[in-house]
Amino acid sequence: MPLYHTEDQAMLADTARSFLADEGNIAKQLRHWRDIGCKDGFGHALWKQFAELGLTGVLVAEADGGLGMGHVEAGIVLEEIGRNLTPSPFLTSAVAAATALGAGSDELRGRYLPGLLAGDSVFAVAIDEGPKHRPERIKTRAARAGNGFKLDGAKSFVIHGGSADMLVVAARTSGNDDDAEGITLFAVPKDAAGLSQDAVRLVDSSMATHVKLDGVLVDADAVIGEVDGGRDLLNKVLAAGRIGAAAESVGVAGGAFDMTTTYLKQRKQFGKLIGEFQALQHRAAHLYSEIEIARAATIKAQQLLDAGSDKAELMVSVAKAKAGKAAGLAVKEGVQMHGGIGMTDEYDIGLYMKRDRALAEFMGDVYYHAERVAQLTGY
Amino acid sequence: MSDLDAFRAEIRGWLEENCPAEMRQPARDEDDVCWGGRNFKFKNEAQKQWLERCVAKGYTVPDWPKAYGGAGMSPAEAKIWREEMHRINARPPLSSFGIWMLGPALLKFGTEEQKVHYLGQIARGEIRWCQGYSEPGSGSDLVSLQTFGEDKGDHWVVNGQKIWTSYANKADWIFCLVRTDKANKYQGISFLLFDMTSPGVTTKPILLISGSSPFCETFFDNVKVPKHQIVGEVNRGWDVAKYLLGHEREMISGAGGNDRLNTLGPVLSRAGLEDPLLRAELAMFDVDALAFSAMGEKFLDEAKVGKAHPAQPNMMKYAGTELNKRRYELLMAGGGSAALEWDSEASDGGSKARAWLRTKANSIEGGTSEVMLNVVAKRILDLPGA
Repeated sequence: MPLYHTEDQAMLADTARSFLADEGNIAKQLRHWRDIGCKDGFGHALWKQFAELGLTGVLVAEADGGLGMGHVEAGIVLEEIGRNLTPSPFLTSAVAAATALGAGSDELRGRYLPGLLAGDSVFAVAIDEGPKHRPERIKTRAARAGNGFKLDGAKSFVIHGGSADMLVVAARTSGNDDDAEGITLFAVPKDAAGLSQDAVRLVDSSMATHVKLDGVLVDADAVIGEVDGGRDLLNKVLAAGRIGAAAESVGVAGGAFDMTTTYLKQRKQFGKLIGEFQALQHRAAHLYSEIEIARAATIKAQQLLDAGSDKAELMVSVAKAKAGKAAGLAVKEGVQMHGGIGMTDEYDIGLYMKRDRALAEFMGDVYYHAERVAQLTGY
Repeated sequence: MSDLDAFRAEIRGWLEENCPAEMRQPARDEDDVCWGGRNFKFKNEAQKQWLERCVAKGYTVPDWPKAYGGAGMSPAEAKIWREEMHRINARPPLSSFGIWMLGPALLKFGTEEQKVHYLGQIARGEIRWCQGYSEPGSGSDLVSLQTFGEDKGDHWVVNGQKIWTSYANKADWIFCLVRTDKANKYQGISFLLFDMTSPGVTTKPILLISGSSPFCETFFDNVKVPKHQIVGEVNRGWDVAKYLLGHEREMISGAGGNDRLNTLGPVLSRAGLEDPLLRAELAMFDVDALAFSAMGEKFLDEAKVGKAHPAQPNMMKYAGTELNKRRYELLMAGGGSAALEWDSEASDGGSKARAWLRTKANSIEGGTSEVMLNVVAKRILDLPGA
């Protein structure tokens, strides 16, 4: 399959681009919700609009009423979300949680997917247990209790946890903390007894929670997939979240880059446009190259995931790491090349820097994924 | 089974049957490559067989039209060919500046007669070409070149000097930029083709820091070039030259999917890598190498259907050559003192150290990294005054 978008995908990209530029732009969404101190950090009306375009069901099977598309298509939407810094539960709900639910029972899919498709529901994924992403070690326990399970433990960096109607929780049903096996995913409703969340606002104005699970009782039908055999499903959820975050990072990089090259063509110093200075031209050209390469790695990984290739896991980590590197460079160069105004809250370039930092940590940073590349290639 | 699946099966079967075992590993160095040409000596029977079998099917230039010695593959078929070659680690049956550089320029600018004649020779590996571009005073500022062709009615008489002419001493013919109008800088250059055995052509190899001499100085002393041996119009050779440079830059970038794109960590860790910081650098390199290999694939896919920005080969050349230099820095660091050996048998005649030094030319030849960044800034980013 060639590494560019098909005609259908290009049409979706046009739709997503104009929708998010018009409705999801920084002034209408990110700044608005930030400045009024919104407890969700995003707007529910926009989430309904995502649904009206069918986008909340991008990864939901057609049999369940979704679009039945793949990671290439989800990535197309996420790149535009990144470019506009649009706060939305798309990545956690329509990508990560939807991937988990796709493996769920008829009962679970029937309970949760209609709300997602209608844009009425928001979901979160609760995987991390400390400040760094380390899903190989899961301490949160789920023990059989009566007809279901009792969950005890703590989760952190649960994006949109406070707004979510349901949390996908990765817990250990057997074995030791570092075992690959013995993992089970649960769909835990927000009002489950014993579930408490401390909301924290992050540097990019997004909302996350620290979750406490204190004897949370769930029915057996809250189990997503198989009891004890959830590692593969967890890996699928992680792959979906990671490649989605990579696509969003590529969008963040592209947005910051466009702002910066526009500025280089407007700002005058020493009687010249600063874009005439070779010192800046070369850095801008290098940055262009890095972003192009990150985008190529990302679409390659999306295609491999959609094709079910055994090389997908490696390429997802390559893409997450490379997109993180490219976006990190884009926002740092962006602020520097804007000079003093790049440090002001009034200019948007600093918002790109903040969003990049949060995305970089989501589901594994550059170092985590470079380490995975080393391990997956045998060293 | 779709047509493409059937095509893949056919290619896979043909390769299994026809690619000799010795050709299913990368060439060791530039000496181990099949370059073709009048004076080429095959290293072994397998190399000869592999070339002959591919020539018979048009597989030396799979996406060229059949009439010019190719196999007439579509972009999708050519991609399958590359993937199937890569799958069994097969090396190209024939490598040449004719295939990478002159061929694409002739396909775009050549007359029908030139295409049939020259492209056929290139496809069959009969003629080995060299490139007469740089001059002692015209490196990055190529358009200032001074080699002059004086109009003598039915022919030109060429005088001047070229430098960094790769393999000029081994080549049969040269494609050469010659000034045919001294009053016009850009529109005073013609793109001429001539035989290196013409009276008045001499070459002198240049010894490089790697200890080898792949490049030459090339001198022209009253060389007669018939008028029909021109590509494109008189004084419009710069258009051809620039188009060809795009292909040269693409070739140097390594976008075609050669061994440059492979990961490095597994290679060095087999040699007992113990330094955790070096391992970390390797991992970061491997991220970049694997990402660039996707970029190479994307670039080729887009270029084949006209979706790539025309200046994109400059970005590819910049990124690919800087990556390759990093690769060899890490190989040297991983090799330690063993990689310093210059002529021992254990070091295969200092192959690692020599290859490391050779890579330093990657970001100079065919346009320096700095020139590539200039071109990207100007033509892709549209920055002012660039």
